[in-house]
Amino acid sequence: MSAQDERTKTAGSSAVLLICFLVGLGASLLVGWVIFPALLYSEKEQPIDFSHVVHVDAVGDCEGCHYFRDDGSFSGIPDLSNCAECHEEAQGEDPEELKMIQEYIEPGKEIPWMVYSRQPDCVFFSHAAHVKMGEIECKACHGMIGESEHTDTYEYNILTGYSRNIWGKNISGLTSNTWESMKMGDCGNCHDEHGENNACFVCHK
Amino acid sequence: MKEEHKEGVQGHEGGAHGHGEKYKFGMVIDLDKCTGCGSCMVACMTENNVPYKKNETNKLDSITWMRVFKATNGKPYPDTDICYFPRPCMHCEGEHGHAPCVSVCPATATDYNYETGIVSQIYTRCFGCRYCMAACPYHARYFNWWDPVWPDDTKESLSPDVSPRMRGVVEKCSFCFHRFQGARDKAYAEGRREITENEYQTACTQACPAGAIVFGDLNNPEHKVHELKQSPHAFRLLERLGTNPKVYYHSTRSWVRRAGDNYLTNERSK
Repeated sequence: MSAQDERTKTAGSSAVLLICFLVGLGASLLVGWVIFPALLYSEKEQPIDFSHVVHVDAVGDCEGCHYFRDDGSFSGIPDLSNCAECHEEAQGEDPEELKMIQEYIEPGKEIPWMVYSRQPDCVFFSHAAHVKMGEIECKACHGMIGESEHTDTYEYNILTGYSRNIWGKNISGLTSNTWESMKMGDCGNCHDEHGENNACFVCHK
Repeated sequence: MKEEHKEGVQGHEGGAHGHGEKYKFGMVIDLDKCTGCGSCMVACMTENNVPYKKNETNKLDSITWMRVFKATNGKPYPDTDICYFPRPCMHCEGEHGHAPCVSVCPATATDYNYETGIVSQIYTRCFGCRYCMAACPYHARYFNWWDPVWPDDTKESLSPDVSPRMRGVVEKCSFCFHRFQGARDKAYAEGRREITENEYQTACTQACPAGAIVFGDLNNPEHKVHELKQSPHAFRLLERLGTNPKVYYHSTRSWVRRAGDNYLTNERSK
């Protein structure tokens, strides 16, 4: 065998190794970025397809339904009695509204909404501190939910049970808007930027 | 040299690191009023979702954020005297927030809040090494050896304001911090930044039938604790360790005050 042949053979096996490496890398990236997230998150539809647009038009602002109680706590998602104030009887012919009346309002059963922004049990979040004192807009954390015509599919992490909106839709964790994720780091960064206290017992309970 | 050090310290406290002290919550417990009834212990357990087991005979396993200890003067009848010491977490300030437990925690699961003077405990961050329990001279910290099991009919009465703990983490008294959060929420909603003395009181304070526990802001001259802690009969437990606790005790009996610390046989107590 000549020296020429030797060199060709070495170059050939290097190329094979490189191809194996690239295929392996591609497969790992595919698993990490596409297959794993698809397996990690399950999807559920909200019990009623709710339009914020219609309700904001009718009520006027967020606080009509998402109000502060007298003790300063925040009501969050309104309970059935709030809905029944207007929907005791059908306001239109939308099948979703009829479904809500028949399945929930008439039997007096609370609507089992799934909360996109539900935080773990150990978190204390004060709406009063942020909305009343800090004068932060709702959309800074909740995004454009007030402009949605249909409810988003609720995605949740099958290991932790937390909503996907907490980590954010982008699996890399990178965000370009403040409302795209609601992790502890996001809270902490904003507190840092505004010189707010970042001690544990500010947001934990 | 001493002056320089003092200046440096003031600079540190004066907000250079965002450490401006706003409140400094603390307690003054009048031991002459305490009857040892244990109401504070019961109130604390219900308020803070403190887990309990079917069999609580082994007190080393029992979790009691507030525990009443009994001390005696050791004298024979008719000079026998006893005193009950209710013991919550002392929320030690140490030197500038270096409480014994905070200093040793490798997970930063416990920290000193310079705004309230409260030592936190974050259960989801704790991994159960129990260094803090070893460091705490007051035995105020407890370990969850088991997951809590709530009898069915008591589940509904758990407080949603206090996060229940899981097996493998340490827990302790938080000065009912969730009540501060609630009071602050109410103040914010009403456009106030300050809370009043009555708006934030711990469960044990309110439960004490003898009115022995007084709670408030030690820095605020308008709060009762501010004056009470300056009494010549006020003392703190194991004060000479330098833990700088925020729970003061009060007793007119000198043997009780002496029982609050370790003294040599012939040493004069303060």
